[in-house]
Amino acid sequence: MLSPESLKKIDREVAKYPAEHKQSAVMSALRIAQDEKGWLAPETIAFVAHYLDLQPIAAQEVATFYNMYDLKPVGKHKITVCTNLSCTLMGAESAVEYLQRKLGIGFGETTPDGRFTLKEGECMGACGDAPLFQLNNRKICAKLSPETIDAILAGLE
Amino acid sequence: MLNIEIDGKQLTVEPGTTIIDAADAAGIYIPRFCYHKKLSVAANCRMCLVQVEKAPKPMPACATPVTDGMKVMTRSETALKAQKAVMEFLLINHPLDCPICDQGGECQLQDLAVGYGMGNSRYAEEKRVVLNKNIGPLISTDMTRCIHCTRCVRFGQEIAGIMEMGQIGRGEHSEITTFIESSIGSELSGNIIDLCPVGALTSKPFRYSARGWELTTRPSISPHDGLGANLAVETKNNSVFRVLPRDNEEINECWLSDKDRFAYEGLNSPERLQRPMVKRYGEWRECDWPEALEAVAGGLKRVRSENGDAQIGALASPHATVEELYLLHKLMHGIGNGNVDHRLRQSDFSADANLQGAPWLGMAIAEVEKLDSVLVVGSTLRADHPLLAHRLRQAVKRGAQLNLINPVDDDLLCDVANKAIVAPDAMVQTLDQVRRALAGESVAGMAGSIAASLRQGERKAVLLGNLAQHHPRYADLHAMAQQVAELLGAKFGFLGEAANSVGAYLAGAVPDEAGMNAAQMLEEPRRAYILLGTEAELDSYNPAKTLAALQSAQLVVALSPYKHHALDYAHVLLPVAPFSETSGTFVSTEGRAQSFSAAVKPLGETRPAWKVLRVLGNLMELPGFDYESSEQVRAEALHGDLSAKLNNRLKAPVAKPVGAAAGGLQRIGEVPIYHADSIVRRAAALQKTAAAGVPTAAMNGETLDRAGVVEGMDVIVCQGAGSVVLKAARDDRLPHDCVRVPAGHPATAMLGGMLDEIVVERAG
Amino acid sequence: MANTPKGQNEVIFHSIHLPESWKLANYLAVGGYDALKKVLAEKMPPDEIISQLKISALRGRGGAGFPTGLKWSFMPRNYEGDKYLVCNSDEGEPGTFKDRDIILYNPHQLIEGMIIGGYTLGAKVGYNYIHGEIWEAYERFEEALDEARAAGLLGKNILGSGLDFDIHAHHGFGAYVCGEETALLESIEGKKGQPRFKPPFPASFGLYGKPTTINNTETLASIPYIVRHGGQKFLDLGKPNNGGTKIFSVSGHVGKPGNYEVAMGTPFSELLAMAGGVRGGRKLKAVIPGGSSVPVLPAEIMMQLTMDYDSIAQAGSYLGAGSVIVMDDTVCMVRALERLSYFYFEESCGQCTPCREGTGWLYRIIHRIEHGLGRPEDLDLLDSLAGNISGRTICALGDAAAMPVQGMLKHFRHEFEHHIQHKKCMV
Ligand SMILES: Cc1cc2nc3c(=O)[nH]c(=O)nc-3n(C[C@H](O)[C@H](O)[C@H](O)COP(=O)(O)O)c2cc1C
Ligand code: SF4
Ligand code: FES
Repeated sequence: MLSPESLKKIDREVAKYPAEHKQSAVMSALRIAQDEKGWLAPETIAFVAHYLDLQPIAAQEVATFYNMYDLKPVGKHKITVCTNLSCTLMGAESAVEYLQRKLGIGFGETTPDGRFTLKEGECMGACGDAPLFQLNNRKICAKLSPETIDAILAGLE
Repeated sequence: MLNIEIDGKQLTVEPGTTIIDAADAAGIYIPRFCYHKKLSVAANCRMCLVQVEKAPKPMPACATPVTDGMKVMTRSETALKAQKAVMEFLLINHPLDCPICDQGGECQLQDLAVGYGMGNSRYAEEKRVVLNKNIGPLISTDMTRCIHCTRCVRFGQEIAGIMEMGQIGRGEHSEITTFIESSIGSELSGNIIDLCPVGALTSKPFRYSARGWELTTRPSISPHDGLGANLAVETKNNSVFRVLPRDNEEINECWLSDKDRFAYEGLNSPERLQRPMVKRYGEWRECDWPEALEAVAGGLKRVRSENGDAQIGALASPHATVEELYLLHKLMHGIGNGNVDHRLRQSDFSADANLQGAPWLGMAIAEVEKLDSVLVVGSTLRADHPLLAHRLRQAVKRGAQLNLINPVDDDLLCDVANKAIVAPDAMVQTLDQVRRALAGESVAGMAGSIAASLRQGERKAVLLGNLAQHHPRYADLHAMAQQVAELLGAKFGFLGEAANSVGAYLAGAVPDEAGMNAAQMLEEPRRAYILLGTEAELDSYNPAKTLAALQSAQLVVALSPYKHHALDYAHVLLPVAPFSETSGTFVSTEGRAQSFSAAVKPLGETRPAWKVLRVLGNLMELPGFDYESSEQVRAEALHGDLSAKLNNRLKAPVAKPVGAAAGGLQRIGEVPIYHADSIVRRAAALQKTAAAGVPTAAMNGETLDRAGVVEGMDVIVCQGAGSVVLKAARDDRLPHDCVRVPAGHPATAMLGGMLDEIVVERAG
Repeated sequence: MANTPKGQNEVIFHSIHLPESWKLANYLAVGGYDALKKVLAEKMPPDEIISQLKISALRGRGGAGFPTGLKWSFMPRNYEGDKYLVCNSDEGEPGTFKDRDIILYNPHQLIEGMIIGGYTLGAKVGYNYIHGEIWEAYERFEEALDEARAAGLLGKNILGSGLDFDIHAHHGFGAYVCGEETALLESIEGKKGQPRFKPPFPASFGLYGKPTTINNTETLASIPYIVRHGGQKFLDLGKPNNGGTKIFSVSGHVGKPGNYEVAMGTPFSELLAMAGGVRGGRKLKAVIPGGSSVPVLPAEIMMQLTMDYDSIAQAGSYLGAGSVIVMDDTVCMVRALERLSYFYFEESCGQCTPCREGTGWLYRIIHRIEHGLGRPEDLDLLDSLAGNISGRTICALGDAAAMPVQGMLKHFRHEFEHHIQHKKCMV
């Protein structure tokens, strides 16, 4: 179900916690599974639960509680724009407008070619660099302007 | 001790008590939803906010420990304001359509809203709608009504031992559900219906059939496993509509197993026998009682005079009442040699001569929870004794060490310190090794670890389960277990299989030296049989042999609430009352006699079996059958000090030397949870659960390979002349050379002994 | 990136101008790990460290401002079994972004602080819970941990002293409430981040039910300075009861948004000037001085205040985590509050009734007002609901949702009234 590399990564996370508390690694394990599969299908969640000796519902509780898990398929690149107060004061709205126009989609949507999904996010703890978005749960792209957005998107496969 | 004051009342309470517990004990009611005395404190509903002197804000009574000198006001303006605000929040997203809600009339939210509600709503937005979930045949959901108290979730984690319900999502979007709509599998699941304070989780079989206030409640006792759970049987129009628990801390606490809760559907089964029937020239015909009883008495008299007393045998169900079993005993002693037995699933009776009393739990049920180390031998524990399994789980949670010698490795939902999962044959050897280890021999391996674990702790017990009692070498297991217990200074007990397994001994439904036991009566077929409450081919150790014996008999009289397979082999069918339609007594596995009266009138022409047996005694012209009430029968049956009649010790506990195991494959034939007795077999909703599924022939991978079959394939399973086709299943936790094929099920009722040799071949 | 003028970065961002300041070698070059070495060499008694913390008047930088020395003294001393130290780097409150820079630019100082914490509190393991959205910081922290382990600074027998202490990073995945300390513990345990009812407090029942101390990143990163220079010197950097420097995250309508590490008690006006003043020379309208969950203060009041716990509290708000959101006169307060209310609605964990039900209700009313559907009675209703939430919930997220509403209604009620009456904005 998951590749040996992913399982190795999960094992590394498990090792961070006392042996009787494997459950502690469930967040990382779900993240690793999502990285490999693109999103968390029910069977992926069940697999992770099984791997960590949890009931599937316990893993599903976690997968549905934290925002960055995708419980439905997303595009190849997921763009999560923070629209909270600091970011809005600093121009998030025009960045969102530009992105939506450029990609032709709204929040929660994926481009027909499956390349981009746009999401609205909450505070990322990086407000000083607003406006900003987070790319694929990994990289924060800061101080957005039409030019920087063009450059970032052009750099993606 | 701490001195506190609640609403002006001075109270003295133990340190560590919460405000709500102190108030409850003093009879002061603080409103609550999430708090439940048997569950961990979640403090999430906030309904129990009270004012505490000097505290800057209202405190949740359920989670706030009292401190010395604390002054609590539960109904001050501050407290009421907080409680009313919480109620307002709870109601904004809750449908206000109580008249169409199944919980209407017995809803805690509805009740409290009357006292703490605001009247008109300040909420003008749209209400939340939550999709319903299908979580199986027993529980119906209406999740829009859920108030997120998480009692159901905590019940799974803390009592049932398995987290099947969870709260997914977060904030206002959180929902209670199972994993992607999977069905709940716990054998205790129905308790969440009682726990749910609103109409989000309700009983599926009961759904929309009646309103709480239309029902009449009668106290009763569970007729199923040996626990003796206290029931509230709820009736309307002379039929049973619902069964709920009655709190009894010493027995079932506030819980019921699903079997106890939902089996009542079997009472209303279309298979109920409503009039006596006789078979004449191969044709069944309904008749009236006098004719039927005359036929029985006449038939018995004929066998007596033509073939002798000893040619009559009686087989009874251990689910029958003390009164019924006692009169059967009296009847058999009156007309014959006392060929009467209730131990139909037992196969080894060689310990009988050594018995000194009725085998029982050996301790009180509540003591099970306090054990420090336990050895359970031969049990499908969760299926056979759901609430005893729960008590053991609580013990383990407290730190007790649970050890097992068992042919199956079913998940007990708690830590098992050591388990020897071995073929039925090898159970004897393993127990013997444990005994040797305790006697000082050096024993390696699992038996050694079990012995070491058993030495720990103060309170210890050795318990024999149903599989041990059915075992072909039961007498050896009994003797060894007794010795193990003696070596440890442990309690020694039996997990009583049926509601009246203990009572049946006390009522004399066992043969004395002159009489024949169940196995003998089938081994040497009798001319006539009286069957009390049993579907013999499903309830006996060796169905094939049982059926053959019954089919060859000249007279078979079946006293039963149901028209069943006896139509094939019986000559007279007498409709007798199930527990709900008669008064009677069960003696539970802890030796507690509990009497009950009828909850409803007998269906059709059904009669209580004790009355039928009384008339039969009279018709047979036997003395002493002039009872006027079941109480009189009880008084005679259970006279004297009951506890003195309970005894697990064999006079001379000698186990035969352990021989080599037989070759070939061995059957592991346990009784599935929802096929254990006639009532539950006919409970429609329980029959739709996974646990009631079609039997398979399960083997471990190697055994499958050796038989040349793979998982999912059809196989022919044979014992003696009987054979059936089943699907092969793979369970690598089973011991080698074993085939797990459940008994008690129509699909396997033509097979032989539950723990005997078995042959498996590829079909087709 | 932190952009405080030279001379201010005394405690935490002292090396931030150096290239690759996050590397172990570079940290060592500016005296890094000297405090730890001192503790180990002198076998400093834990009580001594705690008393220096008390002298320093270091107060928790995570928002509540609880005195750190006192918190550390709550940990049971002769406890047999595991104890834990947990660092809270889950900052996700709108306007807060200092801990990310600490981890990115000075991770070893945090590690050093945690090791000293482990030594003092008798914990063998520490966890750093890092906000889900800042993956780069998580990676950098993991690299720093590897460096420290390789150098014998972390793990078994640290620097040959016999001290065992290891640190692991736990990556969050998008839930503001996990910043609340008990939610954070639940999250490390692999569960939903739903806060626990207190008592019991983490010092007696924390991670895995063991005694646990939880501190903010900035709090822990301040420890080496105090140990090295003494509590008095740290106290002297700030003002009584408000020791040290503090990092202020300035965002919104300023010329140079960013992190500024300045002395406690620095006048707000100076901080604003450092951050480039109000952007475009516009008029200052209001400031949220401590992150989105504290009450807003109008410009007139704010300009009188100094940046420390006591001064801001006297004005009816809180210093919080030092997250300063600056708003000029183009800001519509109804819209601002609508966005914040949505945040708390979205982030409520869903556990306790007043917060789960109340945050959605608050948001919907404000949303309605913003969209021209407000009713005259709405403002009293908002006030009443906020009052019914605060102080009645399991964790302080409920209060955090109520306070912005209460603050806005207190200082900018007229704007809301205008919206309701005219169905549109006044700015
Ligand atoms: C809703 C909520 C969010 C919080 N978020 C954070 C946070 O992101 N970082 C933090 O250090 N403390 C946060 N706190 C405060 C913590 O609960 C805790 O007080 C703090 O981590 C203690 O560290 P300190 O004493 O060093 O400040 C939050 C509290 C609440 C109620
Ligand atoms: S106040 Fe909100 S976030 Fe905190 S426990 Fe209650 S529901 Fe959860
Ligand atoms: S009963 Fe106390 S909070 Fe629910």
